[in-house]
Amino acid sequence: MQVNFEELFLSKIDKEIKIEPKDWMPEKYRQTNIRQISQHAHSEIVGMLPEGAWITRAPSLKRKAILLAKVQDEGGHGLYLYSAAETLGISRDEMTDQLLTGKAKYSSIFNYPSLTWADMGAIGWLVDGAAILNQVMLCRTSYGPYARAMVRICKEESFHQRQGFEILLVLSQGTDEQKAMCQDAINRWWWPSLMMFGPTDSESTNSDQSIKWKIKRKSNDELRQQFVDMAVQQIKVLNMTLPDADLKWNDERKHYDFGAINWDEFWQVVKGNGPCNKERLDARKKAWNDGAWVREAAIAYAEKKKKSLPQPLQGGALKTA
Amino acid sequence: MQQPIPNSQFLIPYCLHLADTTLILSHRNSEWCGHGPILEQDIALTNIALDLLGQARNLYQYAATLMGDEFDEDKLAYLRNPSEFKNHLITERPNEDWAVTVLRQFYFSSFQHYFYSELKNSSDKQLAAIANKSLKEVAYHLRWSSEWVIRLGDGTTESNAKMQNAVEVLKDYTDEFFVMSNEEIELLQQAISVDLSTIKNNWQQKINEVFAEATLQFLYSTQPKIGGKLCQHTQYLTDLLVDMQVLQRTYPNSVW
Repeated sequence: MQVNFEELFLSKIDKEIKIEPKDWMPEKYRQTNIRQISQHAHSEIVGMLPEGAWITRAPSLKRKAILLAKVQDEGGHGLYLYSAAETLGISRDEMTDQLLTGKAKYSSIFNYPSLTWADMGAIGWLVDGAAILNQVMLCRTSYGPYARAMVRICKEESFHQRQGFEILLVLSQGTDEQKAMCQDAINRWWWPSLMMFGPTDSESTNSDQSIKWKIKRKSNDELRQQFVDMAVQQIKVLNMTLPDADLKWNDERKHYDFGAINWDEFWQVVKGNGPCNKERLDARKKAWNDGAWVREAAIAYAEKKKKSLPQPLQGGALKTA
Repeated sequence: MQQPIPNSQFLIPYCLHLADTTLILSHRNSEWCGHGPILEQDIALTNIALDLLGQARNLYQYAATLMGDEFDEDKLAYLRNPSEFKNHLITERPNEDWAVTVLRQFYFSSFQHYFYSELKNSSDKQLAAIANKSLKEVAYHLRWSSEWVIRLGDGTTESNAKMQNAVEVLKDYTDEFFVMSNEEIELLQQAISVDLSTIKNNWQQKINEVFAEATLQFLYSTQPKIGGKLCQHTQYLTDLLVDMQVLQRTYPNSVW
């Protein structure tokens, strides 16, 4: 009997059966997932930089411990995601090469600078908050390894968002200088956070097919609206304002209307002309190039051990005293 | 009225020395976060930074209880000057490269392993408890750093040269581990502190064992640098604290 692979694939999608690495899948589905998962992984890794810059300056030991753990979590998320992408037949080194040569993108939000401590709060609340909406949706994405990685990541992300909000909450109840710092960070991160959901649905080139294949479950604009509705409620707790004069409740739509997004700015940053694109990529290149000798040594050592150990391997390389 | 705590004039500086050392090394390791040579190792070194920070917090909190209500962990970490810090000098050195970072961690974790193994028997219950808890973390730090010293020492010609250079860079900084300060001598009489002379041989043996496997040559110092416990520091500590303390100093009496 002739099996029609494409029909089988589509019927799995239809029945909500996850697509697994060894299953047949259309080449475009594979490529779309590779692109999306690797971009997501790169975003986690580049995303370590703006917050990492404040680890040494965190204003209390408790905040330092939380921030350090948070940035470390992002490294861990990058690791799961690279592994998920590898199941589609691309290596981590290839993906890294794509990042460093500019072939692969990462979330544009990380091309904005983190100027004050309040940015740690705004990044957690707004940037992680926007990311979570996308990631909660992705827990149900059709590619199994990606969906499972997302389930784990979402648990940690909700903690990240809470810690960010809590940083802002403390600042919002602090001195006048702290309140000003808090408002300033919200002003700077608000619009770029709205841009995180990507172009409007009418402009989004990859969306239709991704929704059919259940890689995505909601459109960019739906998620963006959900985010705005959520943030409008939460900003009240902070007693701060969102920098948008056009924000108002629309009783007909049962959603908040919001002002026009500066798409020129969005495309400029995507094209590499944002405030920190060069710095972020340079930092990744430096880490990669400076670390080359370490990776080479690790491989050389592993090769030596393989050759010199015909007998079964003993536990670790050495005993701890 | 708070009861005067016996030995507090020695116990407080002793706790601060232990706290400062772990805080400053945590700080240096945390500078790698997001910049490591391999993602897994970036995460591993950050874990070590987190553990050391946790140890520092336990020790500062204990010191603060001995010092009275107006002190807390943040005042001790953020509002003391470089001339009041008592960390080992090896911890304040810049990271330079992955070789120096890994070797320093190995020297320090080996030291901490033997040190905490003794301190867990301290007659001071709080210090004994902190040592006991930290010892489990240090077992991992020691395993990780030993494995990397061996891997890099016995890896490529280039990695061996970088590790041997790290041995040279750090050669004057390990003797300080074993120099007893006045407070350590005083506290030893009540079995609170650790007799550092008793752990020196174990430490050296451990280093020799790992170096043999790593094909590295240990270098003995002819001019040991030992001022850290006496609050005599390098410019590196000033620079580090300017960065670390910036928010607490710029916005005094704020809650974060």
